Amino acid sequence: MIQDLVVHFVYIGYALGVLLTFGTVLTWVERKQAAVMSDRIGANRAYVRIPFTQIKLVWWGLFHGIADGLKMLLKEDWRPRTYDRYAYAVAPWVVFTPVLLVFAVIPFGGTLDPGNLLQAMPAAAAWFDGHTYPMQIARLDAGLLIVFAFGGISIIGAMLAGWSSSNKFSMLGASRAGSQMISYELVMGLTVLGLILIYGTLDLNVMVQRQSGILLGFLPAWGVFYQPFAAILFMTAAIAENKRIPFDLPEAESELIAGYYTEYSAMKMGLFMFAEFIEIAIVSALFTTLFLGGYNLPFMADAGFTFPGNHVVPMAHGLVVVTQLLVFLGKVLLMSSFQILIRWSLPRFRYDQVLVFAWKFMLPLAVANLSVTAVAVWALTP
Amino acid sequence: MTRKPHVRKVYWNAPTMTWWERAYLFEILRGLLITGGVFLRNMGKWMTGRKGALTTYYPEETRADYAAGNRGKHILTQRPDGRPQCIACNMCATVCPAKVIEIDAAFDAGDLAHPKYPSRFEIDYSRCIFCGLCIEACPEDAIRMVKETPALPSGNRDHMWLNLTELINWHPQSDVAKPYPPRDAVGSTHPQRDAMAMPGGRRDEAASPYAVPAAAGKTGPAP
Repeated sequence: MIQDLVVHFVYIGYALGVLLTFGTVLTWVERKQAAVMSDRIGANRAYVRIPFTQIKLVWWGLFHGIADGLKMLLKEDWRPRTYDRYAYAVAPWVVFTPVLLVFAVIPFGGTLDPGNLLQAMPAAAAWFDGHTYPMQIARLDAGLLIVFAFGGISIIGAMLAGWSSSNKFSMLGASRAGSQMISYELVMGLTVLGLILIYGTLDLNVMVQRQSGILLGFLPAWGVFYQPFAAILFMTAAIAENKRIPFDLPEAESELIAGYYTEYSAMKMGLFMFAEFIEIAIVSALFTTLFLGGYNLPFMADAGFTFPGNHVVPMAHGLVVVTQLLVFLGKVLLMSSFQILIRWSLPRFRYDQVLVFAWKFMLPLAVANLSVTAVAVWALTP
Repeated sequence: MTRKPHVRKVYWNAPTMTWWERAYLFEILRGLLITGGVFLRNMGKWMTGRKGALTTYYPEETRADYAAGNRGKHILTQRPDGRPQCIACNMCATVCPAKVIEIDAAFDAGDLAHPKYPSRFEIDYSRCIFCGLCIEACPEDAIRMVKETPALPSGNRDHMWLNLTELINWHPQSDVAKPYPPRDAVGSTHPQRDAMAMPGGRRDEAASPYAVPAAAGKTGPAP
């Protein structure tokens, strides 16, 4: 009982640390990657001076994140004269909190066996009494549903922010956010249904374990090889959900100043930005889990590697845990980088094009993909 | 009430797209390959120690496309003993169209050949137009211009002045036709000139009022 609590507190601490770190580091990655893509150097002037010396640590501009955070915290918390002050104050949190909560069901590692890890300390090992814990904060059999349930809440936050600001630009941004996010949530749900049919489960951890097999004798059994169409559609819909270029209509600077958070300043505005960057990591984590074999390397499972041709390479438990944690972070970072690549390559859609794209192009494709998958699963399942 | 149905205007330059372009995804992939390729190329340059950007650090670096004849910074030449060649005649200050040179003359009884010297010589780079007329006007070859640009970007105009010490302790990077400032007597490149120096002259560089430690007044690019 106490053991479960300890392990889960460790998990929650790890997840929060990873998410907040990704939130700050991705601001730096976004700046630097955009700069390198366009033959520039990027932000590199913020430094930390070691006290009492003239040694200035620049570290490729990594400290610009700290400078940004300090600026957000120290700025005046300006409030508009709005009729709904409570909704105005609560909206950033309604956007920010669900983004963090989604990570609760995403597995960031395989099964942890503390007794095996703590062999050097027999007393501690005995205390865990042979219990094993999947590396996931909440192991729910409805994992994927939870993801969509929490994803839906942040729409309410954006609408609340736009509505309670009593500003026309905010209102326009909020209505755009609402219509766009609801449309793309539908597409996202339909693309994932194909995977649910194939894996026969909503539990994300089980989905990852099903992906450690072999497909057609030589491919890793990743979701992206089962459902390549769904992977592309899911990524597109997820970027639209996150309201980033090319789908950043709700906050289009050139049209709406900052869209639904025009009237926000200081750390409240910072929360919106932070939520956006954490959501990049969340979308990447979700894509990794669903389509890229999650925390496992190709052909890897909790016991070790099983290569095509039945070559088995067993691994020690400690090594497996470390590998899985690192592989998950690496995949998430790669996918985040890919999203940033998209964000700095494509121009923004027109507002009507966004909705036409969702309803006339992506939705039929998603339905077609789902039908074909359903027929194939029905025909191929013995 | 009758409503006219909305007819979308057809533009004369409406794009004609093939089905390949209309499918959208392939063209996006092509675009991503271009931007991703630029990213990988530049990252490869950075990782192998080369510069993967077109940006020039200012003021640490000189732009590669500066003209060969560009002169961006003044220097004051020195006598062999390290004092300025300038005789404070004020001709440069008089000819200067931007009126940026300020000179205070003083009297040095110890140097009978050149009793007049500048006790203050300052140039305001926030107004200097780099025309080079001061060099033309100088009868003593006391002021010259070099290729470097002064490291003076600042939010305050009062910080964009160079004074006598900074002008005379120049660290030549390209314009080294004359061996100024001379080294100490032992390693001197011009022993004859050293021998002809005034008896009252101070040979010891460290004793010169304008000498600064080698590292302090450096204006070259930061490492």
